[in-house]
Amino acid sequence: MNFVEIKGLTKKFGKFTALNNIDLSMNPGEIYGFIGPNGAGKSTTIRVLLGMLKPTSGQVTIMNKDAWKDAVEIHKRVSYVPGEANLWPNLTGGEVIDLFLSIRGNSSQKKRDELIELFDLDPSKKCRAYSKGNRQKIALISAFASESDLYILDEPTSGLDPLMERIFQECVLNVKKQGKSVLLSSHILSEVEKLCDRVAIIREGQIIEKGTLDEMRHLTRTKVTVSTRKTLDGIENIKGIHNIAQSSNHLEFQADTEEIGKIISYLSTFEILKLECSPPTLEDLFMRHYEGNHSSKGDK
Amino acid sequence: MNGTGKLIKLLVRQNALKITIWIISIVATTVSVAFAYGDVYKTKEELYGFALTMDNPAMKAMLGPGYDVEKYNLGAALATEMLLFTAIAIIIMNILFVSSSTRKDEEEGRLEMIRALPTGRLSYLMASGIKILMLNLLLSILTGIGLGLVGLEGVTWESSFLYGAILGATGLCFAGLTSFFAQLSDTSRGTSSLSFGALIVFYIFRAIGDVSLEGLALISPLGWTVRTGVFVDNEWWPVLALIVTGVIFAGLALYLNIKRDINVGILPTRSGRERALWYLKTSLGLTWKLERNSIIVWTLGIFLMSAAFGAILGDLETYFSDMEYLQAFLPQGDETDMTQRFITMLIQIMSIFTAIPAVLTILRLKKDEKLGLMENFYSRALSRNKVMSSHTIIAFLSTIIMQGSIGLGLYLTSIGVMEQNLVLGNTMVEVFIYLPAIWVIIGLSLLFVGTWSKGSSLVWLYIVFTFIVLYLGNLLDFPQWLNDLSTFNHIPEISQDLINWTPVYALSALALFLGFVGFTGYNKRDIQ
Repeated sequence: MNFVEIKGLTKKFGKFTALNNIDLSMNPGEIYGFIGPNGAGKSTTIRVLLGMLKPTSGQVTIMNKDAWKDAVEIHKRVSYVPGEANLWPNLTGGEVIDLFLSIRGNSSQKKRDELIELFDLDPSKKCRAYSKGNRQKIALISAFASESDLYILDEPTSGLDPLMERIFQECVLNVKKQGKSVLLSSHILSEVEKLCDRVAIIREGQIIEKGTLDEMRHLTRTKVTVSTRKTLDGIENIKGIHNIAQSSNHLEFQADTEEIGKIISYLSTFEILKLECSPPTLEDLFMRHYEGNHSSKGDK
Repeated sequence: MNGTGKLIKLLVRQNALKITIWIISIVATTVSVAFAYGDVYKTKEELYGFALTMDNPAMKAMLGPGYDVEKYNLGAALATEMLLFTAIAIIIMNILFVSSSTRKDEEEGRLEMIRALPTGRLSYLMASGIKILMLNLLLSILTGIGLGLVGLEGVTWESSFLYGAILGATGLCFAGLTSFFAQLSDTSRGTSSLSFGALIVFYIFRAIGDVSLEGLALISPLGWTVRTGVFVDNEWWPVLALIVTGVIFAGLALYLNIKRDINVGILPTRSGRERALWYLKTSLGLTWKLERNSIIVWTLGIFLMSAAFGAILGDLETYFSDMEYLQAFLPQGDETDMTQRFITMLIQIMSIFTAIPAVLTILRLKKDEKLGLMENFYSRALSRNKVMSSHTIIAFLSTIIMQGSIGLGLYLTSIGVMEQNLVLGNTMVEVFIYLPAIWVIIGLSLLFVGTWSKGSSLVWLYIVFTFIVLYLGNLLDFPQWLNDLSTFNHIPEISQDLINWTPVYALSALALFLGFVGFTGYNKRDIQ
């Protein structure tokens, strides 16, 4: 059994199928990225993991316990940060953090105070007076001040400034160093790219891609920029080359990753002056699926 | 003031269903009661009998100064029994509508979006004011037409419209007051608490004023409401006074609204604690902290009202023993019986009030779920049973505290003023015996939250229903099964020597059962 195991999860709200046969597994000690467009089912999956929604069918376990039935038991070892921290308007930030830590158990006062300092939060203000970013800090402080084995973070940095985002990333790497696991759902792809070991992409309630970033890159195209001494010609006929764009002194195209060797040897016959190959960013991967989404909709 | 017209349309569309329900239920109740009167009091003697039972300090404290017995007609009977309570219902409607379309929309960020559009700074407040003006006007006119069409003896078209106008004017007065409070407080909860507080204080002023100190009644808007002598003297000045007061407060609200920034109130907010006190660190402590102010205010209000009625029990006793000829009109009466019957009715009405903060506490489960607050609990190591129990425990305790304060209020102020003093123990039993009826309503709320949370507002409808059964059930000649749907109808009268405890146990068991189903459902369903 894996640390987190989702098998054949389907969740329906009435006639609407929010999640369709999802499979996902996480190993202990890994940071797992979870990305997808708005409304794809990320938060629904997370709410099933947290035992707030009951699966229509399928099996969801965390640390070998059933996510729905043993929710309370599981949550003693889980920290969660929602994308939008909804708090009681008439309690202060400090009061809310203390409440959360005491419900959670095994958390340290010292850590709490350090994190409040680190995230630069004024805990004496009432929650209604906090900005979105400051409310988010409260959720982050409560999560990282308690001792957990799994951190479930649902777009945790929405509303944070870049400085705070960096502190957040340090916190995540810090818990990873201690061998903890993190499920990170995010729209900030550079963040996922920087932190995550493995990634799953969800679209319209289905997982359409998962694996390590390297594996996923393999399936896609590399961007190549080249300039040569001799005039490049005949390149349109080479297998695996797409989207050629000519500019004054160089040529740009996309190359299928598995054909890259043959392409380079063809290019070298024209005396290469400069050659840049950049692997696809997560954004490219994501956009490709996202655009695919649009065209498939157009087909219907 | 740019865009006010469009904003009015928006506000009306947003509240269309609520507006319709309020208007229909208020107008329908008034008209159907008026209709029933024609059948109930067929002869002059019967009508005078009713007039005499109403002409005593207790009824004056509860319902207003009433009419001279000689001038009584059917309209007067209607106004005595219905006017003040209908006005209070309309006041509650106004407070709810105004606080929601002013402070609540501001608190929840909707006003910000509106202000960012090319609308004037005062447009939204003006729009909500005009909406409430139209609502009260419509209510006045429909009530006037309805009563005029029923055509009771002594009811002219002018007096029918006056009756409607008093109701609408009272509503407007409190709408103005609420919009003023919306500028002072920075939350919608604070706004409605201040407004309901003012309502209770004004009611108590009027009650004391109508019994013994008229000056006090004259500084209360509710005192004006009951001083038109509608259907007999038809005075219009109170209508004018109510409208002018409403307009003054609305003007103050507009003035303060220009002066202040968005999202702040005029009353200062203090900076809070950096750390939570020990009791706040559990879900029970949190529920208590969230409900504390509301429970304290309700307890205080209900205590003061009971105390005010306790204070006039002496007058009532003297009155009944003096008026020997009154006995002729009463079916089975010696004077202790009359006083006792009044006390019982009072306790019944107050017990319905007790249910309100308890239901609010339970329905917070649903409200907070909608606000996304529940995921703070359920993503942590808290079970649904624990969270729901916290609310149930606080609701349960609040019913005991509030019933206790009814008994204590009645008892404390009645000492010394009565010939035959109340016995504290008996009074307490008489008050607490209503607890199971209230618990069933708590159980019902739990059932809704657990199994069908969308429908949970129906609990309020049920509470209104129990009130109608209690107050108008006999008059409207409801069938027995309909009366029996009200839990309060099953509580035995304690004045009898032998109390039949079976229904008390049965209601408690029913409450437990409903609660149990609610808990089970809550454990099984999705949390939004």
